[in-house]
Amino acid sequence: MSHRVIVPIGPYHPLQEEPEFFKLYVEGEKVVDIDIVIGYMHRGIEKLSESKHFDQVSFLVERICGICSNSHPFAYVNAVEDLARISVPERALFIRTIIAELERLHSHLLWLGLAGHFIGYNTVWMWSWKYREPVLDILELITGNRQHYAMMTVGGVRRDIRKEDIPEIKKMTHDLIPVLNMFKGAVMDDPVIHARTRKVGILTKEEAIDYCVVGPTARASGIPIDIRKDDPYGAYDRIDWKIITQEEGDIFAKLVVRVLEMYESIRIIEQCLDKMPEGPIDADVKEIPQGEGIGHIEAPRGECFHYVRSDGTNSPIRHKIRAPSYMNVASNKVAAVGGTISDAAITLAAVDPCYCCTERTAVIDKDSDKKIMNGWDLVRLSQEKTVRLKKGLSK
Amino acid sequence: MPISDTIKNEFSKEILEIKEHSNVRTYISLEPKDIPKAARFVFKDLDCRFVTASGIDTPDCIEILYHFSHDASGEMITLKAKLKDKKNPHIESLAPLMKGAEWIEREIWEMLGVQFDNHPNLKRLLLDEELPEDFHPLRKEKKEL
Amino acid sequence: MNLKLKALTKSLWVFHAACSPCNNCDIEILDVLTPRYDVERFGIQLVGSVRHADVLLVSGVPNYKTAKRLKLLYEQAAKPCFVVSIGTCAIGGNFFRHSYNFVKPVDEIVPVAAYIPGCPPKPEAIIMGVVKLINSLKG
Repeated sequence: MSHRVIVPIGPYHPLQEEPEFFKLYVEGEKVVDIDIVIGYMHRGIEKLSESKHFDQVSFLVERICGICSNSHPFAYVNAVEDLARISVPERALFIRTIIAELERLHSHLLWLGLAGHFIGYNTVWMWSWKYREPVLDILELITGNRQHYAMMTVGGVRRDIRKEDIPEIKKMTHDLIPVLNMFKGAVMDDPVIHARTRKVGILTKEEAIDYCVVGPTARASGIPIDIRKDDPYGAYDRIDWKIITQEEGDIFAKLVVRVLEMYESIRIIEQCLDKMPEGPIDADVKEIPQGEGIGHIEAPRGECFHYVRSDGTNSPIRHKIRAPSYMNVASNKVAAVGGTISDAAITLAAVDPCYCCTERTAVIDKDSDKKIMNGWDLVRLSQEKTVRLKKGLSK
Repeated sequence: MPISDTIKNEFSKEILEIKEHSNVRTYISLEPKDIPKAARFVFKDLDCRFVTASGIDTPDCIEILYHFSHDASGEMITLKAKLKDKKNPHIESLAPLMKGAEWIEREIWEMLGVQFDNHPNLKRLLLDEELPEDFHPLRKEKKEL
Repeated sequence: MNLKLKALTKSLWVFHAACSPCNNCDIEILDVLTPRYDVERFGIQLVGSVRHADVLLVSGVPNYKTAKRLKLLYEQAAKPCFVVSIGTCAIGGNFFRHSYNFVKPVDEIVPVAAYIPGCPPKPEAIIMGVVKLINSLKG
């Protein structure tokens, strides 16, 4: 049967700064082509940035993405510090690292929950979001807000970590390890999760290089890139941790990379708390000279890149921002094609874009000979497949 | 030998200007016609990762910057091309060389009006279809909607 | 109070439309559903289609691509349907008021019944907003 059906997914999906509208071309159960349309969340931040002065931009770029709301300011201040050759006090570097890793923890837990929801494990969703709350509490304790931490300023950080808060942070990371063990066991030994994610949505190493993907998506395809090691910033070169890679490039590999990275994050936070020196938390910044600077950091989803050019005035004359998903989402084109439609939901989610795209949609049927489904149907299809698999296993 | 020196030796004739901001940040200016050749060398032979491209509207030209990252050493190489003709700027597309350049070239095309020759799929990426064709928000002399 | 409204206040079904937000409001909305806050015990549920919804949650600054779709969504919804605009962006535009891609605040596109300010509003604030909406409907 070669009846071609178009399945539109999206456009609404608010879990990252770049929402997409996927058009899946389907023959029978098989996905034969995919069309990606983005731009639903374009707010012109690069242009707005040219009208703000250097200190304000850090709070503007924070509002690019709610989940990476530390990564963008971090990359931006790195770029400005590179431009103006500002050296940041040691203590500030450690505080920055701690905030960045706390953010990675909450972001990976968030993704884990959403991935669980996709394949029909709503329990995983509820549990991982439940255990995400203590991380947010710690962020609130340190920065004063659950998200949008507003910690990064050019030359340092805005708030110090108080001595009496350190035991509290250590308690949280200590309590998180058994939870991660539980998730690791639940995810890695579950035959249904294996059946749903192994050999599904494969992105080979060659394709990964061609699409220039970054972060966990690249590391799951066997490319050992991590900006924290390659071009160290913050305090990452002062502590001991390792890069997690997997060879397979399928969804299971991406899952494993993210779960194991959380352990590394905890190690980094604990070492930072122990090694953090006393001292000032920000440098005295006089003025930003003429020139250009590049800052890139490893956000939870991959490399976040900022380029700033200054002409010696108060505002940047050009501020280029490239978020990690910009590269990763484009690679969905190869990962989803050739798979079945019930696997599409998890494949499209595996690069950590978001799930809301698939359920925040209302589609008008324009052409009566095309069957049109919405994202909700897609998630349902995916969940039904898990139920079928479970039944098959219990026989 | 640092990556920037390898490029310097390979393209000693073509390079117009080289600026080493620090050990890991190098900016290399080239003629627009030499960009595909240099990009191929950096991407294929030196195994650098293409990070992104930025377009900048300056008073006398439009600059296109191609950022590459050499992850093994942490070096960032930026290839710069200056397009003098601001009325009708165009440059060879890098999308046939690497898929990762496809979206960013579409973005620069709509934001700055730079034509990328031989791009496989040059259409709007971010802006709404209903906005006028000649609306380029990142141009300094942009007109109000 | 008519029967429709009375039934509606017992269990709100919510459709969530994100109009170019930064995601923070959206993850806080989802957060409200998860174990710590768990509003599903009050019959509040996210639904997949606006045709089933009693409440349309809007977050973010509408841009040229999303503004017309937001209007369409509201027209598709079965009435009565109440719009709640969440976050500073949806209420007034926040940082993005001067952006070239900003159209107009949500309440100039569709009629808004309740505003929940904050960047992002905390889950407690979202719950309080919903409670206030229900109380105002009860009259």
